[in-house]
Amino acid sequence: MNRTDRRSFLRIAGSSLGIGVLYSAFPAARSAGEAAGLFSGLGKANGEKVTPFSFVQLSDAHVGFNGPPDPLGTKAFERAVEMINGLPQRPDLVLFTGDLTHDTEDRDIHVQRMKQFQEITRRINVPIIKCVPGEHDAGLDSGALYREFFGESHYSFDHRGVHFIALDNVTRAKPEVGAEQLAWLQKDLARFPKTAPIVVFTHRPLFDLRPDWEWFTSDGDDVMSVLSPYDNLTVLYGHIHRDDEHQTGSVHHYAARSLIFAFPDPTGVAGPRKPLPFDKDHPFKNLGIRSVSFNGKSEPGSMPLAIEDVELTAREFQGINGVHQFLREPGV
Amino acid sequence: MYRVKQFLPAIIFALAIVTCVLFTGTSRVRAEDVPVIDITAKRFAFSPDRITLKQGQTVKLRLHSEDVTHGFFLRPLKLDEEIPAGQTVEVTVTPQATGTFTTICDHFCGANHGNMNMTIVVE
Repeated sequence: MNRTDRRSFLRIAGSSLGIGVLYSAFPAARSAGEAAGLFSGLGKANGEKVTPFSFVQLSDAHVGFNGPPDPLGTKAFERAVEMINGLPQRPDLVLFTGDLTHDTEDRDIHVQRMKQFQEITRRINVPIIKCVPGEHDAGLDSGALYREFFGESHYSFDHRGVHFIALDNVTRAKPEVGAEQLAWLQKDLARFPKTAPIVVFTHRPLFDLRPDWEWFTSDGDDVMSVLSPYDNLTVLYGHIHRDDEHQTGSVHHYAARSLIFAFPDPTGVAGPRKPLPFDKDHPFKNLGIRSVSFNGKSEPGSMPLAIEDVELTAREFQGINGVHQFLREPGV
Repeated sequence: MYRVKQFLPAIIFALAIVTCVLFTGTSRVRAEDVPVIDITAKRFAFSPDRITLKQGQTVKLRLHSEDVTHGFFLRPLKLDEEIPAGQTVEVTVTPQATGTFTTICDHFCGANHGNMNMTIVVE
């Protein structure tokens, strides 16, 4: 491994899409010579050469959810699909960080919801779509139905030199990863050097964000002790229905917004969590039209990974105009 | 032999005292001095939804589920219990910190699971 640029060979740029988050993984080496050495080293570690690519994170569609505060059903999800398909640069993959569907005790209804999720995702013009379950997909049956539709709830894969890890912190019904999966994680990571570019995607935050709202993973500290040694590791998660950034050591954690309704900033709210009220004049507000912030501290060489938010033009945002036609009539 | 007979009443009396201390006395501490608080879990609420404890005082929480499996989680008080469907579990706690804490069900139990919680006040 070339050590000259070990902390800056990869940048991941997250751009607000209005709905969902677009990440671009691209080399940040300062010279072609450095890049060649880095790519060669990573290629040996990952079995694949690092080359630029982008991907999208979507989260918390809750297909089948039917009630306040959101009267839109799957319209935000479907709008996200349109936006992804309209991107000038086609992403390589889509990561879906849980709560694909809303829970129900009626198995047949849940089957229909999972089929509807698959029907919508089939419209995405992206070759690879990877998911992890949320508790609303898998909490009532230990993930049995989820696995029938989407396969294993935890796994890993390599893509263009970046190692992706799908981590399951919902199927044990409690917010935990568990000893067995933790052992798998240690084994999975064993073949990588500490500088390997790694993206972990999961549903719940791996740190105590707001435990009394169940925004945590009870054995998150154990997970982080496995992940923390890696210099270039990013955690993407959902569950909290709002964007959030957090750092533990060298690891950066980023939450994506929901595609159904939003929760408020937990730092300003005492007591139980309540969704933000639906705004009929701005029906997709807080679902993905994030207030963009640029992390001015990110400089090549100072951070292993950097999220770069790029403000969209008003024209792109105005894609939601006319959304009122989607609103269901009261009681329908 | 004569000596044993001579001291037998004293030996019996001493054994009786020891027995009282070991069993009766201890039993009285465990059964009578530790308050018991019954808490029922039923989707999607705990009943009562608020209890008050005293700092440093040991209490026994008797947790009962009336329907499905629930959790009972509060990290500051080191509470992390599983209440199996229809069963009762007991946990003893001696709170060291004062404050108002939110205990949550952390075993996913259905649609409104996310708001199943109760308040424990430690004075």
